[in-house]
Amino acid sequence: MNHTVVVVGGNRTPFAKAGGALREASNHDLMTAAIDGLVARYGLAGTRVGEVAGGAVLKHPHDFNLTREAVLSSALAPDTPACDLQQACATGLEATVYLANKIALGQLTHGIAAGCDSTSDAPITVSGDLQRTLHAANRARTAQARIKALAGIRPSHLAPLAPRVEEPRTGLSMGEHQALTTVRWEVTREEQDEIAASSHRNLAKAWDDGFFDDLVTPFLGLSKDAILRPETTPEALAKLRPVFGGAAGTMTAGNSTALSDGAAAVLLADADWAAEQGLPILARVVDAEVAAVDHPGGADLLLAPVAATGRLLARQGLSIEDMDLIEIHEAFASTVAATLKAWADEEYCASVGLERPIGTIDRSRLNVTGSSLAVGHPFAATGARIVPTLAKLLHSRGPGSKGLISMCAAGGQGLVAILEAV
Amino acid sequence: MSALEAAYYSPVGRKVAAKAGLAEPPVLRRGRAYPSGAIVLAELGPSRLGRETLAVLGRPYEAPVIDSGDGDAPGYGDRIGALVVDATDLETLGELEGLRAVLRPALRGLERAGRIIILARPAAGGWEQRAVARALDGIDRTVGKELRRGATSNLILVDPAAGPSSLASTLEFLLQGRSAFVDGQTWTVGAADTAAPSEAPLAGRTVVVTGAARGIGAAIARTLARDGATIVAVDIPAAGESLAAVANEIAGTALQLDITAADAGTRIAAHVATRHAALHGIVHNAGITRDKLLANTDAARWASVVEVNLAAQMRINEVLLAPDQPGGLADGGRIVGVASTSGLAGNKGQANYAASKAGVAGLVQAMAPDLASRGITVNAVAPGFIETDMTARIPFVQREIFRRLNSLGQGGRPVDVAETIGYFLDPASQGVSGQIVRVCGQNVVGA
Repeated sequence: MNHTVVVVGGNRTPFAKAGGALREASNHDLMTAAIDGLVARYGLAGTRVGEVAGGAVLKHPHDFNLTREAVLSSALAPDTPACDLQQACATGLEATVYLANKIALGQLTHGIAAGCDSTSDAPITVSGDLQRTLHAANRARTAQARIKALAGIRPSHLAPLAPRVEEPRTGLSMGEHQALTTVRWEVTREEQDEIAASSHRNLAKAWDDGFFDDLVTPFLGLSKDAILRPETTPEALAKLRPVFGGAAGTMTAGNSTALSDGAAAVLLADADWAAEQGLPILARVVDAEVAAVDHPGGADLLLAPVAATGRLLARQGLSIEDMDLIEIHEAFASTVAATLKAWADEEYCASVGLERPIGTIDRSRLNVTGSSLAVGHPFAATGARIVPTLAKLLHSRGPGSKGLISMCAAGGQGLVAILEAV
Repeated sequence: MSALEAAYYSPVGRKVAAKAGLAEPPVLRRGRAYPSGAIVLAELGPSRLGRETLAVLGRPYEAPVIDSGDGDAPGYGDRIGALVVDATDLETLGELEGLRAVLRPALRGLERAGRIIILARPAAGGWEQRAVARALDGIDRTVGKELRRGATSNLILVDPAAGPSSLASTLEFLLQGRSAFVDGQTWTVGAADTAAPSEAPLAGRTVVVTGAARGIGAAIARTLARDGATIVAVDIPAAGESLAAVANEIAGTALQLDITAADAGTRIAAHVATRHAALHGIVHNAGITRDKLLANTDAARWASVVEVNLAAQMRINEVLLAPDQPGGLADGGRIVGVASTSGLAGNKGQANYAASKAGVAGLVQAMAPDLASRGITVNAVAPGFIETDMTARIPFVQREIFRRLNSLGQGGRPVDVAETIGYFLDPASQGVSGQIVRVCGQNVVGA
């Protein structure tokens, strides 16, 4: 009943800033591209994959079956089933966990977890007033009734509504929430800029080393992550104006993730099945844990992964020292800094129900090939970007190497997972 | 398309061009299609090699019409599809008359995209016999130039030890449309234990194709997949998008890899070792040009071309040929290089390219005998003017001239190069090694 679930590999598009090289691509195009590159890498063309699970955070109403439609546009066999999942910025990781669980239970031999987001193609909706008027006109049985209903439209109804980025219960944007956390945890500007610079430095080196040759497939002529600034330094980042936290704020466009376009996919399989198929095996999916915090009650919105990390390590009988590599999603540089402080903080860890603090880590084990600050963060894609990246890194370190993925998500949620090289 | 080009291809333009002698080029026969008309077999001596090889292929044949030597040549009536001349017994100058007597009627009676195939022996024996062997080459080249309507002529030198089964894949290739753009060529077939020719000769075999994202490389991948091969399509990471599309189209795998990377061979072997039992062949198609007159060629421009076009494949071969290398080339495997007519003949502004491509020819000839004991064959194609995205960028008038500078009056297609490579990869082509076959429509440029 309990099968070993492994990461075979992954594929993603290069990521780009909103309005950049991928601006013409819809979520559907992005996800199809990520799947097709994965299919080509592992020779899956024309085959029926057990299940594809994926999603996007910013979805058009017509994308109600986004993943299934992307499968139909891809090189996979059309009888490959698919479903859409959504867990905000952790969508790609949630899809991985969902499929890993099905594979572990023996319900599937293999599956593809995917995520994508186009902030260039974010839906713009109409006002509630206009929507109600149009529905009323649609219900009208006579031409006169229809005209009468449509006559109710006022100029003010026609203003389009851009996608809302604030938390519904607090009215604060993600950045504004993180700005509160930044102050509360006394995260300095220098610390944030150093994290951002290191993200760019690590990502640039990974690209130069050819690390992404078997993780990224070019798309729409873009062959490399477009947000990456290889030459950036903490000094250069120090010159940027704050964008969150008011005039005295420390969070800038340089140490916050950019609105991005991109897609990523992971091929997961039962270890025995993968071996039979002659597929490579990078790492085992060990376990995962989800947590949430009471951010409407004042908790730090983006620190939910801390509780999840503590509970996951405890359940596995592992400590943070057992993790050879750690991937903390860089929603903001300050999120990473605050997470690391919270891990070491006895009081905070106790407040979220942990028996002991998680501890401190050697920063050389953190985000070693860069993370969202340098790569970009097409919301739902990020989890599906990190899983194969970490799996490959662990594999190159040898069997038994373990790694942790920590992802914060809107709504005060956090999802973490552990991989182990096989 | 330029205004000039658009005008040229307009109905009026075509008429004017035809009047000026630039007629529509003939449509060539392609794919695994045999000629529609009869195959005629002319035996110039007691040898039964041609007859027995046609029997291996299961092709019926007819007796030749023989010219009397004076007056009008007798005709074939209905057009014939091919003339196969078994000239393997030919040794004296006087015997060449027998060849003339069968060629004359056939040249007049050959159908569109028909075939003249002359079977002879590699040069050997006394002075006269050697002169005769070379004379056949001159005859073949002339016949290629005189034939019209897309018909071709080729000369195959069959090693005396090679039997009909060794020759079968070559005769099959030459008779079929696969050899559409191979014209006026001569190459040698040696003796070997071979498989029988088949419609899907590469079924169950894995072949690596470099530079597979587009153009000739993509055509090679598709053609080999059609013949049953499982393709590992290799190209630089920046070409990954089209590489993935090609791999998915033929249900192969895409391997994004810069072949000049130090570990390229190891990574190819590792990819093959994980997915497949063994590697049957590698086609070194990836190549670049960095054209400049030699007077203006600096070290970087020189090095990059030699590196990609020649040095990289030598390093990869070394890994794949290492004994007991997982994912390495199996015994009985195939290595195919891609040379170039302009490389072999030399071309202004392409000293670096010519060095690398002529070097490929040299490499093939050097490796073939050394790998014979393992049953590994090493061959190269030398494409002439092929219609690709690369040649589409040549200015129109120049391009139209290049197209017509060969006996078939047109550019070749990527698939023509691919089919010739498929012939080398065929297990039935075991006796073909160390050969460089030009796929150039008998271009006036070249050796």
